[in-house]
Amino acid sequence: MGTADMATPETILSVKDLRVRFRTLDGAVEAVKGINIHVNAGETVAVVGESGSGKSQTMMAAMSLLASNGEATGSVDYRGRNLLTLSKSDLNKVRGAKISMIFQEPMTSLDPLYSIGNQLIEPIRRHRGLNAAEAREEALKLLRLVHIPDPERRMKSYPHEMSGGQRQRVMIAMALANDPDILIADEPTTALDVTIQAQILMLLAELQRKLGMAIVFITHDLGIVRRFADRVYVMRQGEVVEEGEAGAIFANPQHAYTKMLLAAEPTGSKAPPPANAPVVLEGRHVEVTFRIGGGFLAGEPLMLRAVDDISIRLQRNQTIGIVGESGSGKSTLGRALLRLLPSDGLIRFGDRDISTADRQAMRPLRRQMQLVFQDPFGSLSPRMTVGQVITEGLLVHEPNLSGKRRDQRAVEALLEVGLDPNARNRYPHEFSGGQRQRIAIARAMILKPKMVVLDEPTSALDRSVQKQIVELLRKLQADHELSYLFISHDLAVVRAMADYIIVMKQGKIVEEGPTEAIFSNPQAPYTQTLMNAAIDVTRFRLSA
Amino acid sequence: MLRYVFRRLLTAIPTLFVIVTMAFFLMRVAPGGPFNQERGLSPEIKANLEAQFGLNDPLWLQYVHYLGNLLRGNFGPSYNMPDFTVTELFAKGLPISVQLGASALILALLLGSVLGTIAALNQNKLGDYTVIALATAGSTIPTFVIAPVIQLLFGLTWKLLPIGGWGDGAFINKVGPVLTLALPQIAIVARLMRGSMIESLRSHHIRTARALGLSDWSVVVKHALRGAILPIVSFTGPAAAALLTGSVIVETIFSIPGVGRYFVDAALNRDYTLVMGTVVVIAIFTIVFNLIVDVMYAVVDPRVRYD
Repeated sequence: MGTADMATPETILSVKDLRVRFRTLDGAVEAVKGINIHVNAGETVAVVGESGSGKSQTMMAAMSLLASNGEATGSVDYRGRNLLTLSKSDLNKVRGAKISMIFQEPMTSLDPLYSIGNQLIEPIRRHRGLNAAEAREEALKLLRLVHIPDPERRMKSYPHEMSGGQRQRVMIAMALANDPDILIADEPTTALDVTIQAQILMLLAELQRKLGMAIVFITHDLGIVRRFADRVYVMRQGEVVEEGEAGAIFANPQHAYTKMLLAAEPTGSKAPPPANAPVVLEGRHVEVTFRIGGGFLAGEPLMLRAVDDISIRLQRNQTIGIVGESGSGKSTLGRALLRLLPSDGLIRFGDRDISTADRQAMRPLRRQMQLVFQDPFGSLSPRMTVGQVITEGLLVHEPNLSGKRRDQRAVEALLEVGLDPNARNRYPHEFSGGQRQRIAIARAMILKPKMVVLDEPTSALDRSVQKQIVELLRKLQADHELSYLFISHDLAVVRAMADYIIVMKQGKIVEEGPTEAIFSNPQAPYTQTLMNAAIDVTRFRLSA
Repeated sequence: MLRYVFRRLLTAIPTLFVIVTMAFFLMRVAPGGPFNQERGLSPEIKANLEAQFGLNDPLWLQYVHYLGNLLRGNFGPSYNMPDFTVTELFAKGLPISVQLGASALILALLLGSVLGTIAALNQNKLGDYTVIALATAGSTIPTFVIAPVIQLLFGLTWKLLPIGGWGDGAFINKVGPVLTLALPQIAIVARLMRGSMIESLRSHHIRTARALGLSDWSVVVKHALRGAILPIVSFTGPAAAALLTGSVIVETIFSIPGVGRYFVDAALNRDYTLVMGTVVVIAIFTIVFNLIVDVMYAVVDPRVRYD
């Protein structure tokens, strides 16, 4: 095909003038606007961008995996054949064999109804025509290759019996089953805990060394790019705005958007409150136990201690960061301290013991202790206007407020979180993730709380938006002397937000202390692992 | 799993007991009795009959007697058809109703699933709209319209099928009633299947299967269909219980000697023992089929585990 000037003899995949359109009720939406990308044999290419940049749809189009209302034009040439015009049966000889793909969602990307072995064997037999016994041997080899312990037994396991990290390993094994030329990895670690992220990335690097395939990373995570990519394409709103050698782009970004992305890591730190600042919330020996199963004729229930003997003291104007991986009990702790979950131990709010307060007794206190959730899409009612969403709490806590005064308060709250007051007449789905998180914060702030539990408030957001939300939260804290309980698995954000850190694992505190002490000199082995994993992923680069 | 089935059967006993008790007393609350029809029995005969069947005993004693008989498998005599016991009536009619119902159910599941899958694969295209239109028609036209139309067209005009009658179970006699029973069920299954298949086809693991270059057949049948079948499985439980215990409309229009008529006839005639028999049979069918559904769930979906 070689008209493109960039095409070198070893180019194996070349995307030319690719456009992806989706037909919607509001007319056609162009997600990818005529981009050119190429991949050379054996190299690692990163396609970087924030959500909505079209980075995933580019590769979905190349693999003919677009949603049914999507169509792609242009060309995607793999070794001289345009994948976009290939017949389905020819395409299916390339997909899964020569070009394979792993996805962001390890929890749902495997078929829940078939065993791992069954799912591994199927593509091997299809592409290589082996018999069942030979394919089984191959599958076992692959599971060993991706370091799944006890592969014989795992062949019979179902996806729900495995962790997210293991499932992603199985996905990788499936993708590599037929010795592909190109592995497309669409945000392969985004849904995983930081220590698991590091392991999966190491595994991919190791496999690339062993097998020599090219890897295309689709990611929003510049840490991954810096560490693994040879070349980078930066995408924004369906266009490639900058491309080049990874080292050059990091050293000397040209486009304003690239510069903004690189500067988007949250920075700064928070000074601790004075030692004599009043205590807002205190928990002593807090324990939360869940019972699983049991009941009539079903035998003894299983007791699971999600929060195990935790003591915590939150002062006015303080931010305590609670750090831990999924399942560590950090969210459960946050809910227990707000008395949203039954717990044992002592909980004091101000000078009041609320350990045994019932719903009735808690109601007047609720306005002073607010909660902001991770998911800005699920936590706002889609059938209420933004104005209704944020003033709903006022109806409960200040029932005597006139409608006009309530509206006034809504305007103030929206201005305070940096949104146009006209937003109150619109519905949540009209807003972006970052804007929705601002709405959720406004809903909490309108009640003038003393403390807010922030449960992963930035985890679902792009880095650049994260930074804005972090700055907003800081400003609100300074203006109102707020206390935050900041729950997160993202160490960079916690470091910027919190002045004190609690590291949790399996319901217990493994380490706690002032932020800088924890980051500069972690004591517990688990904290060190966590830090190293985060640093591995974000700070350094293997080769120049 | 066996332990689970055993446990479920064990809990079925109190359920049945509650159903029987409620049905027994609710029925007695209704005014009238089996022998005060307008047929005009002389008071002496009526009194004799009532005494013979123990209807003059206090209600609690009648209840205890009924329970005692039930435990021994004795449903008692039918008051309205005194030549038969309730057990005999069901022994004769139930196999007929079960045959028709089971045929209709199997037909509905097969045809409905196929139609629903075709609709899902052609979402918002002609094939989809055709299936949706048929399904809407099928579920909105009542049985008492479909049945006479079938009789009229296939029986009278084209003389392909007998107009009615059981014909000792001849195949040709079953076609009309089975079709009538099946049509609305086909519509329901097709719509259920369409919805769950569309969802299933959108799921991430289907994207994975396509990305691995698996054939369309494997993607649709092996991966998408198996996941989509679960709502159909749960629909099958109550549907089977309803279909297999006979339909009063279909059996009346086609003159089929099944058990579907008994519930209505017996209730109208205050044929206490026959009503109770019908209640017990339907309850047992419902309990058993729901259990079968739950077991099937575990067979289809490895994430469902009992014990």
